[in-house]
Amino acid sequence: MTEMIVTNNLSKSFGDNLAVDKLSILIPAGEVFGLLGPNGAGKTTTIRMLSSLIGPTGGEAFVAGFEVGKNDYDIRKNIGILTEAPGMYDRLSAERNLAFFASMYEVKDVPGQIEKYLRMLGLWDRRKEEVGKFSKGMKQKLAIARALLHEPQVLFLDEPTSGLDPEASLLVREFIQELRHAGRTIVICTHNLNEADRLCDRIAVFKSHLLALDSPANLRRQLYGRTVVFHLAEANEKFRGVVEAKEFVQEAKLAEGKLIVTLDDPEIHNPELIRVLVEQGAEIRFVGELRRKLEDVYLHFVNASSNSENNNEHN
Amino acid sequence: MNTTKIWEIMKKEWGEVFKNKIVLFAVAFMPILFTVLPLYILYSTQGGGDIAQAFSAAEEMPSEFAAVCGSLTGSDCTQFFLVSQFIILFLMMPIIIPVTIASYSIVGEKTTRTLEPLLATPLTTLELLAGKAFAAVTPALVVTWLSYIVFMVGTSIIASTAVFLKLLEPVWLLAIFGLGPLLSVAGVSIAVMISSRVNDPRIAEQLSSLVVLPLLALFMGQSFGLVTVNETVIIWIALILLVLDAGMLYFATQLFQRETILTRWK
Ligand SMILES: Nc1ncnc2c1ncn2[C@@H]1O[C@H](COP(=O)(O)OP(=O)(O)O)[C@@H](O)[C@H]1O
Ligand SMILES: [Mg+2]
Repeated sequence: MTEMIVTNNLSKSFGDNLAVDKLSILIPAGEVFGLLGPNGAGKTTTIRMLSSLIGPTGGEAFVAGFEVGKNDYDIRKNIGILTEAPGMYDRLSAERNLAFFASMYEVKDVPGQIEKYLRMLGLWDRRKEEVGKFSKGMKQKLAIARALLHEPQVLFLDEPTSGLDPEASLLVREFIQELRHAGRTIVICTHNLNEADRLCDRIAVFKSHLLALDSPANLRRQLYGRTVVFHLAEANEKFRGVVEAKEFVQEAKLAEGKLIVTLDDPEIHNPELIRVLVEQGAEIRFVGELRRKLEDVYLHFVNASSNSENNNEHN
Repeated sequence: MNTTKIWEIMKKEWGEVFKNKIVLFAVAFMPILFTVLPLYILYSTQGGGDIAQAFSAAEEMPSEFAAVCGSLTGSDCTQFFLVSQFIILFLMMPIIIPVTIASYSIVGEKTTRTLEPLLATPLTTLELLAGKAFAAVTPALVVTWLSYIVFMVGTSIIASTAVFLKLLEPVWLLAIFGLGPLLSVAGVSIAVMISSRVNDPRIAEQLSSLVVLPLLALFMGQSFGLVTVNETVIIWIALILLVLDAGMLYFATQLFQRETILTRWK
């Protein structure tokens, strides 16, 4: 089986509050998967279900080949989790905290694993200090180390950089990049779009139910097509007209002396556009692609979903 | 049951909880007080202190004295009667200490937010509770028994041999070594049940500490001569506690629902 995580109509309600509604996703082994959604979207709830911390109220889920709710011991043994609130025993040293959790995870070489991850995360020199004296960033790193001690196949990271200063965030992001190269399956909950864009192979935009699911690049394209910008010596209505007349062009507009063209497949159609523009006498100085920010994509989906919710309420 | 994990939990609890002043007070100061106080009273009534003289001057001993003393007479009897009251103190230690430790260790897990990462590990609820329970019961019994030994040594020095030998009678041995552990288990089960529902360790501790009330009632009852704590009474209490403990342990594990505890607490 290459799917590391499978959910099938996975649902969770708290009373009448439907926190997660019929979520169905497949996450292959080795993928870095982003769960992106506003506060209260159900990201933490989803991760808690997938780590066997709380039981689903509907549907089913499999993690590393084990069924949630049936093989909870095996699931817990095969996953690592950075919980939303990364708690540590403040009165114990960093080393003792990790040693305790390592024994709970039945780690064989406890000192070896502790040293490996404390060194990787730059906390080795401070291992004897009480965790209560650590900064938020250091605690977060320690919690990430804790999630990795038993070398889990699947790693869940709930808002790994939230509340960290930019420098600490960067360190954590770089560390996740390193883990990604090690071939682990990683699920990241975040509302930091930049982070999702840079780290994730695929992103699920999510608000109780799935709104969109694809790679960051495909999400952009799916929504907006792709946008090519022609810098012309003189951009005018004539050029815009001939370009828009092409059946493969979705939209062409003029802005700040540039001709901005939205189309599906620039690699195939750019040569033809360039040819007709030159035929019409345009002087092309530069051709580039306009990259949409993922934020726009995200806001599109989330707003679309709240609009439809509002409409439903009015109906 | 993975005994390594239970042992690791116990060590972790001790590392954490003994750095808490309230817990330290219960585990260290209270036993010292409860041991020194009876010894001081013994000392001050030595060789017939004021109270002893007052009573031996009277023709007849009060009937509750006779019930406790058996063959002892005169100032020995007075001394021993006073000391017997303190058997209750030695029964309070094994209940208050585990209640305090367990309250702080379970609610503490919520306040440090370590409960979720802990429940995410492959640890069974039973292993978790066993670790917490043993971590609370062991120091309680060690401290109680140590205090009892100190008390006996002190008595052998201060009081007469007859009084000292009284402390080795079955009623004391049954109370200290039989009732003590049973009371500890009762304390822990109640602390677990209450801690699962409460978010403030002090509230958990105070509520759970109400379990000493029956003991206090016994103490009062004996002081006023309403009951005599003898072997039969101790054995009856032990039997009742055995049944109660089994029931409470079962309920405590049933009440400790991972999901409820995790989600109800914010
Ligand atoms: N323990 C709980 N009890 C009741 N409702 C909850 C609980 N946990 C989460 N919820 C509700 O479920 C929804 C999803 O919450 P959550 O999973 O924490 O969202 P996110 O992590 O995406 O911010 C929210 O509406 C929240 O109020
Ligand atoms: Mg969350």
